Amino acid sequence: MSSGLYSMNKRDFDTTLDPKRVRPYGDTMNDGKVQLSFTLPMKADEIAAEAAKQYAMKMGLEEPSVVHMADLGVGYSFFVVYGSCTHTIDITGIKVSKVESSVMSMHEVDDYIKNNIGRKIVVVGASTGTDAHTVGIDAIMNMKGYAGHYGLERYDMIEAYNLGSQVPNEEFIKKAVELNADALLVSQTVTQKNVHIQNLTNLIELLEAEGLRDRFVVVCGGPRLSHELAKELGYDAGFAGGSYAEDVASFVAQQLTATI
Amino acid sequence: MSKLNLDQSLIEKARASASHIAKDIQSFIDQHTTVAVERTVVRLLGIDGVDEFGTPLPNIVVDSIKRNGGLNTGAAFFLGNAMLNTGLSPQEIAEKIAAGELDITKLAIRPEAEVRAKVEEYAKAMVSRIKTNREKRSEYLSTHGEGKQPYLYVIVATGNIYEDVIQAQSAAKQGADIIAVIRTTGQSLLDYVPYGATTEGFGGTYATQENFRIMRKALDEVGEEVGRYIRLCNYCSGLCMPEIAAMGSMERLDVMLNDALYGILFRDINMQRTLVDQFFSRVINGFAGVIINTGEDNYLTTADAVEEAHTVLASQFINEQFALMAGIPEEQMGLGHAFEMDPNLENGFLLELAQAQMAREIFPKAPLKYMPPTKFMTGNVFKGHIQNALFNITSIWTKQGIQLLGMMTEAIHTPFIADRALSIENARYVFNNMRDIGDEIEFKQGGIIQQRAAFVLKKAAELLEEIQSEGLFATLEQGKFGGVKRARTGGKGLDGVVKKDEKYLNPFISLMLENK
Repeated sequence: MSSGLYSMNKRDFDTTLDPKRVRPYGDTMNDGKVQLSFTLPMKADEIAAEAAKQYAMKMGLEEPSVVHMADLGVGYSFFVVYGSCTHTIDITGIKVSKVESSVMSMHEVDDYIKNNIGRKIVVVGASTGTDAHTVGIDAIMNMKGYAGHYGLERYDMIEAYNLGSQVPNEEFIKKAVELNADALLVSQTVTQKNVHIQNLTNLIELLEAEGLRDRFVVVCGGPRLSHELAKELGYDAGFAGGSYAEDVASFVAQQLTATI
Repeated sequence: MSKLNLDQSLIEKARASASHIAKDIQSFIDQHTTVAVERTVVRLLGIDGVDEFGTPLPNIVVDSIKRNGGLNTGAAFFLGNAMLNTGLSPQEIAEKIAAGELDITKLAIRPEAEVRAKVEEYAKAMVSRIKTNREKRSEYLSTHGEGKQPYLYVIVATGNIYEDVIQAQSAAKQGADIIAVIRTTGQSLLDYVPYGATTEGFGGTYATQENFRIMRKALDEVGEEVGRYIRLCNYCSGLCMPEIAAMGSMERLDVMLNDALYGILFRDINMQRTLVDQFFSRVINGFAGVIINTGEDNYLTTADAVEEAHTVLASQFINEQFALMAGIPEEQMGLGHAFEMDPNLENGFLLELAQAQMAREIFPKAPLKYMPPTKFMTGNVFKGHIQNALFNITSIWTKQGIQLLGMMTEAIHTPFIADRALSIENARYVFNNMRDIGDEIEFKQGGIIQQRAAFVLKKAAELLEEIQSEGLFATLEQGKFGGVKRARTGGKGLDGVVKKDEKYLNPFISLMLENK
């Protein structure tokens, strides 16, 4: 469906970067090029291709090109679409909350805890609710860590307890009290239909109901979480995909120091 | 012919150790029964349904026997005796127990031979029904045919069985050979099997006999259409392991995840309970012609694929022996392993190729179940698609049996319909384009690949020797597999284990083991 040729269209747009009107970049400033893929509940034919095209236009794509259409059987079709997005974004006015801590190495964290807290800190982590995946919490907590970043179990000044997966929030809190935890780590990896949001909210509500919220530093992490979302849900911090043990440890150590 | 030049005597030694380990556990298994085993017997004698509160009748019957102290004689004995006393069918007896009108442990005890004969009447009818299912599968396979190995295995996980049907039929049309209906989160920890068609689940769909029936029918229909038998897979693990096996055998499921070690390590199910449960479930699966899948691949999601590869092999050896004891032929042993090398590791692909080829050569007839990358999958779906391509290359090269297709959105969500289609396209492209590469390419003598396989085999043989001297229970207590420690008396389900008495009766084990 695509011609595969270079675009010979005359460029009738301004190709200088304007921070107040930023658009996606393909190969020319402000060309607005985006790629997307989606499935429509229609069998693959001319009508479906046109539907995909018109749908892309409704999303703000100019001259969308349906470069791939595949019938998935039972009345569904898959599309890959390219186009120029007409929307712009003013990046000068964007504010995001970031985790406000400086990231230290494992040894620096250990030294920091020794000097500022003067005792081992207790960190309890789990993949809570219905989430059966331990990949995230293991990456942060297990001795070996992930991608060369050692996990919290290897830190001299951290006593780390990894409770594993599918830990109910009630049990998680009970265990945290029992272990006299300083910080709670909640991992949410793959969840269905946004159940991770309800589950994260539920934990905070339970902590508040039992008057325990201020007793712990509470952080969450996972590929579908951000610091901003975490703050909104009542967490002290949120760590997105690509975070490592030292990011979490640095934050927890500094947050504990600030609240002592 | 070995392309890896593996030390055959070391393989024999490892296998002998595994056989000792399994026999040691088998003597424990033979002396015990569990609530799940007895519920399975009850189901196989034809009892089904729920009471007004939704409690399954098999639970009501077995709980009533347990409460009255009869569990170690077995449900079959009391049901047989009750049939002789009342002239009612097992189902009618169960309904009377549920209504509080009958306590089958308090009836006059009839001569053992009569009880046994009565029970066998019903048992034989069920065994013949399961045999008919097995024959039906063979018939489909000869008339419709099947996809080439590695079979393309995909999951559906919508939570709603009717939605699952749409996704499954679509996947079959795109080329899938095996459809696995992922169970709802936490079902493995339920000590009962839910009843009827279900439309609500988290991260999966309840395994119920009705859901099995609905999906079986849908796959037979689409199989007819595409001219290929489509296998149905479910999860025969957790606290209801043998019950699920029984339901699967009645509804002609073809593949079952079936591994006690997985439940012990990753679901914290008590080891005594689940090993006893596993034996009966494997007897049923073996008889029903079901391919079992074992869960060694999971070790590598918590432990490192380079450092811990030998634990996977050691566990495969043990699982093979457990399966043989339950009458499962090698052709039905889908021993598990996984593609979990760190993608940043130099020559990681070579190590993976060595391990996959090693499994192939050590278990030559087994339809090995190969799991895709999960641990190192990220939100970069484009890279993920390539990781899955390397996984597919390894599989076709080393002739794996069951290819659990990797989804590029593995780290993000349960698969969308298009994710599945792209995965199937990826696998078909690689498999077709590289079909006979394994027969064309040999490995360098003493090179990285041969050395890696030799090393892993050596370590596995050492570990098995160690387990042989310490026993499997003690090994699990020390955390030798997956880096997870479990206590012999810890975990869920221990209170459902009892010692059999001298009158104990379970007619199915001998009927199934001897009636192939």
